[in-house]
Amino acid sequence: MSTLVIAEHDNSTLNGATLNAVTAAQALGADIDILVAGAGCGAVGEQAAAVAGVNKVLVADNAAYGHQLAENVALLIAEVGAGYDNIVAAATTNGKNTMPRVAALLDVAQISDIIAVESADTFKRPIYAGNVIATVQSADAKKVITVRTTAFDAAAAEGGSASVEAVGAAHDAGISEFVGEELAQSDRPELTAASVVISGGRGMQNGENFKLLDGIADKLGAAIGASRAAVDAGFVPNDMQVGQTGKIVAPDLYIAVGISGAIQHLAGMKDSKVIVAINKDEDAPIFQVADYGLVADLFEALPELEGKL
Amino acid sequence: MKVLVAVKRVVDYNVKVRAKADGSDVDLNNVKMAINPFCEIAVEEAVRLKEAGVATEVVVVSVGEKPCQEQIRTALALGADRGVQVETEGSVEPLVVAKLLKGVVEKEQPQLVILGKQSIDGDNNQTGQMLGALTNMAQGTFASEVKIDGDAVSVTREVDGGLQTVKLKLPAIVTTDLRLNEPRYASLPNIMKAKKKPLDVFSPADLGVEVTSHLTQLKVEPPAERQAGIKVASVDELVDKLKNEAKVI
Repeated sequence: MSTLVIAEHDNSTLNGATLNAVTAAQALGADIDILVAGAGCGAVGEQAAAVAGVNKVLVADNAAYGHQLAENVALLIAEVGAGYDNIVAAATTNGKNTMPRVAALLDVAQISDIIAVESADTFKRPIYAGNVIATVQSADAKKVITVRTTAFDAAAAEGGSASVEAVGAAHDAGISEFVGEELAQSDRPELTAASVVISGGRGMQNGENFKLLDGIADKLGAAIGASRAAVDAGFVPNDMQVGQTGKIVAPDLYIAVGISGAIQHLAGMKDSKVIVAINKDEDAPIFQVADYGLVADLFEALPELEGKL
Repeated sequence: MKVLVAVKRVVDYNVKVRAKADGSDVDLNNVKMAINPFCEIAVEEAVRLKEAGVATEVVVVSVGEKPCQEQIRTALALGADRGVQVETEGSVEPLVVAKLLKGVVEKEQPQLVILGKQSIDGDNNQTGQMLGALTNMAQGTFASEVKIDGDAVSVTREVDGGLQTVKLKLPAIVTTDLRLNEPRYASLPNIMKAKKKPLDVFSPADLGVEVTSHLTQLKVEPPAERQAGIKVASVDELVDKLKNEAKVI
């Protein structure tokens, strides 16, 4: 039995999501190798080799893999992965983009966004916006799996001593090219990895008012998120969206401010350890999942909260 | 150019679905069904391409049992030209749907295929990507902007850190994200007209696809219930609870 974990990275740093995927892979009970596909990604290969519990790191360094274009990377993963029993990646936008393509190339089903490994072929995954948990069994000889990172602890980033091997395979499907990207700049912790998240919703009224969250976020070392309503209204960029179709978070503390608590938003945060809701509507559904609810006008409560932290 | 749009019949997004007591499946009796929200966005984008004079014909396809024709009719009322149903029994896995869609792609030869990024029932987020692999087309997933540019399409994608733009050779596949557009409502006259638009029905055998099952759903269960919380009366009490009771700050 052997498992190939696909590294998530930006060509210089190994993304923490990979460490959660390694833990899920360990639960499959097989030897773990990591594949790093990128351009000029040698440093990532070394970081992957230091991850505890990893047997071998394969580095495919080629210009065609530089921007993780699914058309090229999927061909590589399908070729390298042919010798493995399981192919596992984090359910990030990259993982979601590439892995189904790999599964189809190998003519196997993909099991998306698993939250638990029951056995080598049986997994739990949320469906219907997390309102139902399904247990699914795969009949395929080879499993292609994406992992909900918040459901698995991160593997230790140090302590491993895997060997690093270069993979020569160069696949350029020649049907897609990278044009450019606009990445949001932020000094705050990454939303999916933060231990405290404070999110604003439609009740924030405008983008300017999101500054009310800054001071609290600074004091708590929190990341700032948003509901879809706040994103759609243009208050904040879409990469801050928490929910079924945005990011899934499970911090120790989640503070929902001016968020009613629609099913689709709850799907992204209801596994948080402690949930606090601040809303002036005492019947808002968010209070049904909140451990601590404060019925108050957020424009009064937020400055007061900031002052008292 | 011809645009093919795939739509799925799913539980209405406002319905809170529950697992059946015996854990065999979710309870979908007497539940309102609708077109998957991401598929609505896909139809809207195709219709806008037609209105802009870029697309000449919009064909809408759905894979499923007979009632999915309602969702095809909805798409026709929104502006699609004709419908195709691939009739299957029960629910079908994304890989099989992708194979069936590949069969339709081979028949129709569209230049662009638009799907939603995920259906809100299975939450799989796989079908578009799988269709890309099977047809060897490029994919622009999680699209928030689509621009046709000669024999290529430029797609702005919503990725974890922000936005990414890729250029894909046509024919290509696009999967829609929420911010691609705001879908329109069907007007009553258009709903009436949609009833007269052509709708072809194929079986998987017509498309040369065998419906198989790679995954078995062993059981479904409700997620762990959260303990009922309390309402606090003031910010002071909130801070006190978080510090001393929950010990999270």
